[in-house]
Amino acid sequence: MQQALSRCVSRWCDGATGVADAKRLSGGASQETWSFDILHPDGARGAILRRAPQGYGAAPGRAAGLSAEAILMQQAHDAGVPSPQVLHVLVEADDLGTGFIMGRVDGETIPRKILRDDEFAAARPVLAGQVGRTLAMIHDLPMADLPPLRAMTAAKEIAEMTGEYRSFDRPRPVFDLALRWLADHDPGPSSDVTLVHGDFRHGNLIIGADGIRAVLDWELAHLGDPMEDLGWVCVNSWRFGGIDKPVGGFGMRDEMFEGYEAASSRRVDPDRVMFWEVMGTLRWGIMCCGMMQRFRDGPDHSMERAMIGRRSSETEIDLLRLLAPRG
Amino acid sequence: MQDEPTTAELVKAVAAFLRDDIAPAISGGHGAFKLRVAINALDLVARELTLSGASDAAENVRLAQLMGVHGTLNDLNRALSDEIASGAISLSSPGVADHLWQTTMEKLAVDQPNYASYRDELARKPSS
Repeated sequence: MQQALSRCVSRWCDGATGVADAKRLSGGASQETWSFDILHPDGARGAILRRAPQGYGAAPGRAAGLSAEAILMQQAHDAGVPSPQVLHVLVEADDLGTGFIMGRVDGETIPRKILRDDEFAAARPVLAGQVGRTLAMIHDLPMADLPPLRAMTAAKEIAEMTGEYRSFDRPRPVFDLALRWLADHDPGPSSDVTLVHGDFRHGNLIIGADGIRAVLDWELAHLGDPMEDLGWVCVNSWRFGGIDKPVGGFGMRDEMFEGYEAASSRRVDPDRVMFWEVMGTLRWGIMCCGMMQRFRDGPDHSMERAMIGRRSSETEIDLLRLLAPRG
Repeated sequence: MQDEPTTAELVKAVAAFLRDDIAPAISGGHGAFKLRVAINALDLVARELTLSGASDAAENVRLAQLMGVHGTLNDLNRALSDEIASGAISLSSPGVADHLWQTTMEKLAVDQPNYASYRDELARKPSS
């Protein structure tokens, strides 16, 4: 891997003398993330490779694809969204599969550290406002320049989730309740259609002592209702115990809304945000069931995947708290 | 009837061995992470073996009352799911909200007894 990266880097980085410290960070069978340093007489530069190895070219249904991700990340960077710089999009001659290389951004992605460690004490009170501002900037990216992306509406999302849930062939009355509620409360297609990040939450944000440093993982980006991103970031599963602070366990909805409206001429629609929070809670529940299905069907029979299946009940209690709150 | 110790006691003993004797010897890295997941899984199994006999029986009684028929847990849950999906049963139907809450609390007691929403709901008085 180190050799392939060295050859690749020498092609586009003038003066680079090689790479060092290449290590795989995470990822499943279809996508990998590698960290490495580009060696250069002016000093080493941290870099990240995100790729689908050879033979895994086809993107699954929901994913935007790695080339679209690279374009979005670069456009976000150019527009001033905290974002890594894209250094190189892989080409055939690199012999590294499909994907791209970006600058490495220092900071933390582990929610429990961000929510509890002293290092982030000054960042926590300003994070919700930053989330709002960052999402407003993402939603303001010019539509005409975007790569081809799926167009989604609430109705399509409900239909897709219903199909996926039915395919598991295991009754979950709380999920049926939520699907019914969503169908009954669908506010209709948004008159305002923008780029939607699609997975803006803990884990996909690099956070430092000063707040948000980078937005990662544009894999689920699509076109749709901008309020979707504001609802998804409030899903209780991303609060990591800080359940009284809806925005990522660190802030309040109003702080996020203020940050959003200060950075954009677009207004927040709190009812739509709440609708998307219910949708997001159910979507995470169905994703957990999907993990269980892939554990059972293989090829990844790992115990971690199996245990995520037992997290679907957390979304059931959160759905009941949203739809049938007790006294 | 199978002999003692019970399966729950055996699983608890294995989890305790991994937690107390093995975990301290494995520091950091992917191995330590997987070991934590494994211990969590065994703890979950022990909770289910201990709790699910009574909770399954109570769920079955509630479902039979709601649906007006007797059947397996799977069949009765399927019937309830179908009725909710069709709109024939809703949250305003008598007993439905209470049943869903009780069933969900019983699931969390096994799956994730430390989940913050569950702790918060446990601290409340039940609605019925």
